[in-house]
Amino acid sequence: MTANDLGTLQRELVPAAGPASVSHGTIVLVLAPGELATTARRLRDEFGFDLLLDVTAVDWPNDALRFEVVHHLYSTAHRVRVRLKTRVGAAESVVDSLCALYGSAAYMERECHDMYGIGFRGNRDLRPILLYEGFEGHPLRKDYPKLREQPLVAYREG
Amino acid sequence: MDTATIANPIRSSLGRDSAEGSVVVNIGPSHPATHGTVQIVAELDGEKVLRTDVHCGYLHRGFEKECEDHTWHNLIPYVDRLNYVSPLINDFAYCDAVERLMAIEITPRCRYLRTLLSEYSRVVDHLTCVAAALMEMGAMTAFLYLVMVRDYMYEHLAALTGARVTHSYGRIGGLARDLPEGWLVRLEEILVQYEEFVGRVHALVDRNRIFIDRLRGVGTITTADALTFGCTGPILRSTGAPVDLRKDAPYLAYAELDFDVPVGIQGDNYDRYYVRMREMDESVYMIRQLAQMLPAGPINVDDRRCTFPEKTLVYGQIESLINHFKLVMEGPSVPRGEVYCAHEAPNGELGFYLVSTGGGTPYKVHVRSPSFVHMGAASRMLDGGQLADIVPTFGSINMIGGECDR
Repeated sequence: MTANDLGTLQRELVPAAGPASVSHGTIVLVLAPGELATTARRLRDEFGFDLLLDVTAVDWPNDALRFEVVHHLYSTAHRVRVRLKTRVGAAESVVDSLCALYGSAAYMERECHDMYGIGFRGNRDLRPILLYEGFEGHPLRKDYPKLREQPLVAYREG
Repeated sequence: MDTATIANPIRSSLGRDSAEGSVVVNIGPSHPATHGTVQIVAELDGEKVLRTDVHCGYLHRGFEKECEDHTWHNLIPYVDRLNYVSPLINDFAYCDAVERLMAIEITPRCRYLRTLLSEYSRVVDHLTCVAAALMEMGAMTAFLYLVMVRDYMYEHLAALTGARVTHSYGRIGGLARDLPEGWLVRLEEILVQYEEFVGRVHALVDRNRIFIDRLRGVGTITTADALTFGCTGPILRSTGAPVDLRKDAPYLAYAELDFDVPVGIQGDNYDRYYVRMREMDESVYMIRQLAQMLPAGPINVDDRRCTFPEKTLVYGQIESLINHFKLVMEGPSVPRGEVYCAHEAPNGELGFYLVSTGGGTPYKVHVRSPSFVHMGAASRMLDGGQLADIVPTFGSINMIGGECDR
């Protein structure tokens, strides 16, 4: 993908004039929460991004918009990667689910929900996947103490 | 002890015996026929699988949380334990990601050696997967043939790295040590053995009525489904799509190698078996090319930000002593930034998403593990099949608990 294509992507996909750049060979688009689902749909339908590779988040506890939800997509035809970054606050840490577009979103959003407590609007199945039922808190948040233990079966004495 | 008080740690999405006359059973989390601790809740109508709900996470150990509390160097033994069948590929993918953040270009010898060892690990991984999958269908001889060759390779890797399985051999900017004397000679001996025994397995399995009946048309997935469910690696290629990062976005020395990307026809268990067998042959072909191309020279970059100084200098020169101390105590200094770096692991795309705020410790390490994504696609391959087919289909997906659950 050339600089020209990046310009096209930016013009077409980032109407709010959010910044787009190339970082280590990956196109990075910064989106407002409302733009995520529409942008992902256009990336899939018009630009051939057929693989949703990864969903995760980054926690910046000192920022006003605390969570950065990060999606990685790949186009098997054009061999290009794109990273979508969506900032949401702690009070309203919900973004749109991409389940309707990609089957892989269901599982990966469950993991992100486990680890960061991000909600995904439209994903009806956000049961724990790596954690267990009843686990308290979200371990990858920066304020979750690393040494906290929540054994499912109580430790035996002695 | 009263075991009845331990509740099921998961809540199944399937109700109890939901459809008329169907029955819901738990397969796993610890079941003798599944390699890997995974729980499959299946709704059955007789022997037919109506729906499945696949749960992983039993091997979750907080890898990503742990990473945020260690230096960039100290993570290398941890990444070994992701896909513990081919740990070298994890090492190299992780080191590559860090090196991209630091803008380090590794030495030519290191680049070729990493490529060679990645392909060697791919052979080990596929041998394990195929051997286990065949054994689960009763093929003890094929299992012993393949695992015997795998063990030669483990011992051979132990001669290089000091450990049979968890090698911890990658280093940021290079490798732990160079090849010992005679290593390449022994390599060729093992490759000859590989050809002999894989040839025998081809003869035993490929046209065997029992295996064809158990594998052909079972656990089928289409290319479109494989893509939407995020499948990569042998699962996606078994559907006929030649998607391979080694060809599509060549890293390490893959651009200089001659190799094919084997693909299947219909994305069933037989195709996944055959794609893995053919990929091993391609890997062996690449290993032989690389053994010829291997240049002389240093294996570590000369960069004081990440490479440890020579021990003699540490003991005799104050600057080197301080350098050594700072690398141990503070870790390599990685500039602020973020990177997503993916390598073609035996199971598919293994991606490392790293976020650095500068300094010796990562701010965030996230692993895009193929096994975890494939577990999300497993239902698609299991639903509608027979109960007995869960085992071979699950075996052909090759879920590795270490990287799936992290």
